Amino acid sequence: MSSRATAPQGSPLRQLADREGFLAWAMLLPAVVYIVLVVAVPFGLAVAFAFSDVTAGDPSYDWVGLRNFARIFEDPVFWKALGNTFVFTAVSMALIIVLGKVLANILVADFHGKWVVRFLVLLPWTTPVALSTVAWLWLYDSVYSPIDWVLRNLGLIENHLYFLGRPELATASVIAVHVWRLVPLAAVIMMVGLLGIPTDVQDAAKVDGVGFWRRMFEVTIPLTMPLIAVAALFGAIFTFTDMAVVYILTRGGPTNSTQVLSSWAFIVGIEGGDIGQGAAIALFLFPLLLAAAVLILRAVRKIEVF
Amino acid sequence: MSTAVVDPAQATRLRRHYRRRHLLSRTALYTAAVLAALVCAGPFGYGAITALKLNADLYDASNNPFVFNEPATLDHVVFLFTDTAFATFVWNTMWVGLLVVAITLALAVPAAYALTRLDRPWAGPMGIAIFFVYLVPPTLLFLSLSRLVVATGLQDSTWSLVLIYPTITIPVSTWLLIGFLKALPRDIEEQAMVDGYSRLGAFTRTVVPLLFPGVVAIVVFAFTLVASEFIYALAFVSPSSEKVVSTGVPTELIRGDVFFWQSLQAAGVLIAVPIALLFNLLLARFISGFTQGAVKG
Repeated sequence: MSSRATAPQGSPLRQLADREGFLAWAMLLPAVVYIVLVVAVPFGLAVAFAFSDVTAGDPSYDWVGLRNFARIFEDPVFWKALGNTFVFTAVSMALIIVLGKVLANILVADFHGKWVVRFLVLLPWTTPVALSTVAWLWLYDSVYSPIDWVLRNLGLIENHLYFLGRPELATASVIAVHVWRLVPLAAVIMMVGLLGIPTDVQDAAKVDGVGFWRRMFEVTIPLTMPLIAVAALFGAIFTFTDMAVVYILTRGGPTNSTQVLSSWAFIVGIEGGDIGQGAAIALFLFPLLLAAAVLILRAVRKIEVF
Repeated sequence: MSTAVVDPAQATRLRRHYRRRHLLSRTALYTAAVLAALVCAGPFGYGAITALKLNADLYDASNNPFVFNEPATLDHVVFLFTDTAFATFVWNTMWVGLLVVAITLALAVPAAYALTRLDRPWAGPMGIAIFFVYLVPPTLLFLSLSRLVVATGLQDSTWSLVLIYPTITIPVSTWLLIGFLKALPRDIEEQAMVDGYSRLGAFTRTVVPLLFPGVVAIVVFAFTLVASEFIYALAFVSPSSEKVVSTGVPTELIRGDVFFWQSLQAAGVLIAVPIALLFNLLLARFISGFTQGAVKG
């Protein structure tokens, strides 16, 4: 390492470059200012909009109290969207945990062609949601769906299923896409946990003759619980707040049966131009998000295996 | 070695038993791995077949959809580049992505350093605050941000995305960088300061170069987040020439009820494969960044 100083020891500039208190603020401030201006202020604004009559055509701010909330409560579509948001999130979270765990176990195992499998498995997570949803839109096509074709040729169905045309099937279709795109992410997070278990713990259990299933439920799952929780909560947050899947697959249809809070907020707020009401709808996402964030943080703090 | 006398017949039996169990578990593993790969990549594989089909082949419900019943054709892939704005979308995504990545690094690297190395009492709570910001979704902010975009005169311009996207990338990048920084021993800067560098000099001359592998991972991660974003891009930008891939493909290649299915699928596969390849190369680094960031320290 060079021994020459960059500036004379006593110069004021050099003193500044050595003062940690000053440096800490100077280095952090740009990021903090940006986040305050473009996240914190807009968040406050979003709350304020929920109590206003702001529209795209008339952006002047007038306080209207709880009128937006009264209006969205009268609308059955809002209640449907609220219910769907919870159902979609709960069902996909359960599936994401189970399938993510299975996939994580596959990914940590040693086998030939692992690189290729890992690449193929990552595709759903790394591809932009909008594009992978378009791929699914084609799989769900009302006439040319290959799933239909297989079932027809197996003699299981006579005609077309119309995946996105019937409320229950459309709901299942949306959930399937969420699960498909989030399982790889959950698996990678759970994989981190599995890699963190000291090998001697596993080996000790093996030497003691403990079988695969008992090892899994009595050793690895308890040890990696915090990361399983993190994976589940991330899966939940991404399902909860996403609107691309619903928007591209069904636009909330048929007859709003797959509408969720985020897509409904978008349709009311941007396409309908009623920003006040859209903001009021989106606000309902906040309490649950906050709870999930606190839970993630608590789980993360328990990760001390590493 | 054990000196216990083992009945040879029993030993053979045991060996056979273990070999069978081993074989069984390997078969189960390979079956599971192949199935997982098929389910995950299936939609793209099917998309790739679709992209190369003739209309006469594709739009015949009695044809087997998984094979080419007529000769394959590149016409629809060519159409994607010559007759649609796809190339423009890709170009827009690229330059927005690169600018956002540059802004992200410029703000997140110093912030992460301040939070990990400068021993401020508020570093802990601040790190948690940054994590919370990461979890504030576009769904909560797009309506108020759309007013901000209008106020800055950037509506219907790709530049609005350059302004807004760092809100998504800065928090998560800072979080990852904190992890990478914790993995670097403190002695490195201390040694540099003993050698006469200032605190700032030690950071720019020793820490930044050593952080390079982590920075590469952040570049890919942040770029992927930018390329995937949908709500902001849909809400802020409507002219076709200003759109990015994630909104341009589903809105411009679907015109009313007319779907350019082959071109749509070609676009999906052409974007998906390179990103996943890059990600696969850097997966180990993301994992170490996330785990290190989680360790208290």
